[in-house]
Amino acid sequence: MKTPKELKYTETHEWVKLEDGFAFIGITDFAQDSLGEVVFIELPEEDDQISQGSEFATIESVKAASDLMSPISGVIVSVNDALEDSPELINEDPYENWIIKVELDDESELDGLLDSDAYEKLAKE
Amino acid sequence: MKKTVLHDQHVKLGAKMVEYAGYHMPVQYTSLKEEHMAVREDAGLFDVSHMGEIVVLGPQATDFLDVVFTNNIRALTANQVQYGFFLYENGGVVDDLLIYKINDEHYFLVVNAANKDKDFAWLEKQAKSFNVEVIDKSPYYSELALQGPKALTMLQAHTNDDLSAISFFTFDDVTLEGKTFMVSRTGYTGEDGFEIYGEHTDIKMLFKRLLLNHEALKPCGLGARDTLRFEVALPLYGHEITDTITPLEAGYKFAVYMDKPTFIGKDALVKQKEAGLTRRIVGLEILDKGIVREGASVYHGDEKIGFVTTGYLSPSLNKAVALAMIDKPHDKLSHEVLVQVRKRTLKAKVIKKKLYQKNKS
Repeated sequence: MKTPKELKYTETHEWVKLEDGFAFIGITDFAQDSLGEVVFIELPEEDDQISQGSEFATIESVKAASDLMSPISGVIVSVNDALEDSPELINEDPYENWIIKVELDDESELDGLLDSDAYEKLAKE
Repeated sequence: MKKTVLHDQHVKLGAKMVEYAGYHMPVQYTSLKEEHMAVREDAGLFDVSHMGEIVVLGPQATDFLDVVFTNNIRALTANQVQYGFFLYENGGVVDDLLIYKINDEHYFLVVNAANKDKDFAWLEKQAKSFNVEVIDKSPYYSELALQGPKALTMLQAHTNDDLSAISFFTFDDVTLEGKTFMVSRTGYTGEDGFEIYGEHTDIKMLFKRLLLNHEALKPCGLGARDTLRFEVALPLYGHEITDTITPLEAGYKFAVYMDKPTFIGKDALVKQKEAGLTRRIVGLEILDKGIVREGASVYHGDEKIGFVTTGYLSPSLNKAVALAMIDKPHDKLSHEVLVQVRKRTLKAKVIKKKLYQKNKS
């Protein structure tokens, strides 16, 4: 299980990366492995407002649908459209293939998230 | 939680384990899609030891089953297998099952794991006025399902008995690797294959030998078992058939012999047939992007006309399809309907419920 040190994590298995003032959000290696082959992602629209802890997308494996919860609040400035036709990219590299790019409302929300050690511990339980 | 005799094997093979019908069972080993396609193209091996086995013994065994079971049990000869239902008086389904005929006074019933205790209690109650004994044999059997176009060739490598002599829906005792098993040419995947019943340690030995000797054979979990049966419109209890859905509505009247004098639930089915069905199970092809799942509501305009009973992105077709219970007259082929999936409404079209047709070459 890969858990890059520079990312922040949620208890619901999303990661967030801060880059140039924007937050990139995706799902963790543990999450993609638990889901199995991702076959469809219901993506949000650009310019949608999202809030911390609210659902922003739904990811479907062969077996089931799972909601993704936003780690932070803000406005979606970009959606990774490549996932629409190639949802399996999430399985291939869950950290390279972010799902949404968000303009943060409040950077301090990141402080409440898990670091890689804490997340790894949680995922192993 | 109960474990099958193969539990440690599953864990060693890296399976994801889940609780199912009180058992700790493998849902998938490596990839649901790969396991599914292995069964369609080569072969897959399933641990189905959680299934319930019930034996009916006695001079009135045939008379008894004729009354509690929907299919034509009197037409069975020894070593044949039949599929059918136990029904409630209202025509709803207690369970679907296979019956193996040993002889006129001895039958072997294979029922759903989740329904086993309910079935056994129901059978015991019905059996009071018959000279029969109903015995729960589940603790004594483990079971494998070997399914796929290569199943025959693979299993034949483990026996001197001629397996091709076991035709579809028949069974026999077979010596595999020096041990005796009851082997039937049956399954629930839409492919050729076998179901193999034996003592726990023998099944464990056979499971290991089969996987060791056949590289193309994949261990398959409950995930693939469900997508495989779904694609060929085989019903799963609790989904396409329930205590409020009759076999006629579900479209399985081939397993209901209406011409016999009586069986439990017959009156309700006769009435339903005379009044005309108001709804039935159909296939849906999802035209918009998205996947519909069990429980999603189906609409015609604003009117709710049904619900999805099972839905997947079909691994064989690579398309989102579903089985759904739809009110008449919206059940007609090519009829367009809408399916509510979370906040979105997806267009769908009624298609044949056998979603996957095997290429006949």
